[in-house]
Amino acid sequence: MEHRSSVDIYTEWDIVAARQLGRNEAKKSGFGTVDQARITTAISELARNIYLYAEEGKIEITNVIEDGLIGIRIIATDSGPGIPDVRRVMEDGFSTSGGLGAGIPGVKRLMDEFKIETELGVGTLVTAIKWLR
Amino acid sequence: MNARIPILKLGDTLIVSIQWELDDQTALQFQEDLLAKMHETATRGVVIDLTSIDLIDSFIAKVLGDVISMTGLMGAKVVITGIQPAVAITLIELGIRLGNVLTALDLENGLDKLRKELEV
Repeated sequence: MEHRSSVDIYTEWDIVAARQLGRNEAKKSGFGTVDQARITTAISELARNIYLYAEEGKIEITNVIEDGLIGIRIIATDSGPGIPDVRRVMEDGFSTSGGLGAGIPGVKRLMDEFKIETELGVGTLVTAIKWLR
Repeated sequence: MNARIPILKLGDTLIVSIQWELDDQTALQFQEDLLAKMHETATRGVVIDLTSIDLIDSFIAKVLGDVISMTGLMGAKVVITGIQPAVAITLIELGIRLGNVLTALDLENGLDKLRKELEV
């Protein structure tokens, strides 16, 4: 019953495509407007990080059903440089690109589950889930 | 896609209503267009209406915040109007505080607020 769709991230336009896909999937799963905004914003942040730091990668959106719960899982993968200090990117206001540094800690707050795995020279994998209440 | 955001002049005020989801380029283009128009028309106040916007991520928030600071440098005041509940919630959860920004529920209240600000 898992339905999976994805957007490859190469350009700024792909960020828009990824969040539109996310909004459609969130709507289809029955999320309300506030959760739709949370999910879409989280996707936008993750897609922008791929574009800014890794140049290319992928956003994958899956409808998940687990223990009777319905949710949306976002997986952001890239084969970019990896993150040297994950603890610092989890801090509010830390940015190496002149941004607000709100992205990664923000995504964690917007979503219910959040995991980041990264390896220098190999890439980064972020998994985030929002559950329907 | 890459259409420009229209900027309307009403007396010494500029009115902007953002009607579609902003991509990065459109947001940056808007920043330039607004400042150019302010310079051209000796603007004292700007109202930016976000009623139709259902997403503000950290990039767009930064561009908006920058626009407000730049407008201030040029001696004008900005009022942001029509922020949707879902947008307000996600902005705060993202950790973005648009502190010191004048806001109003809708365009009408925004213009009122701007008029009062400019009278002081």
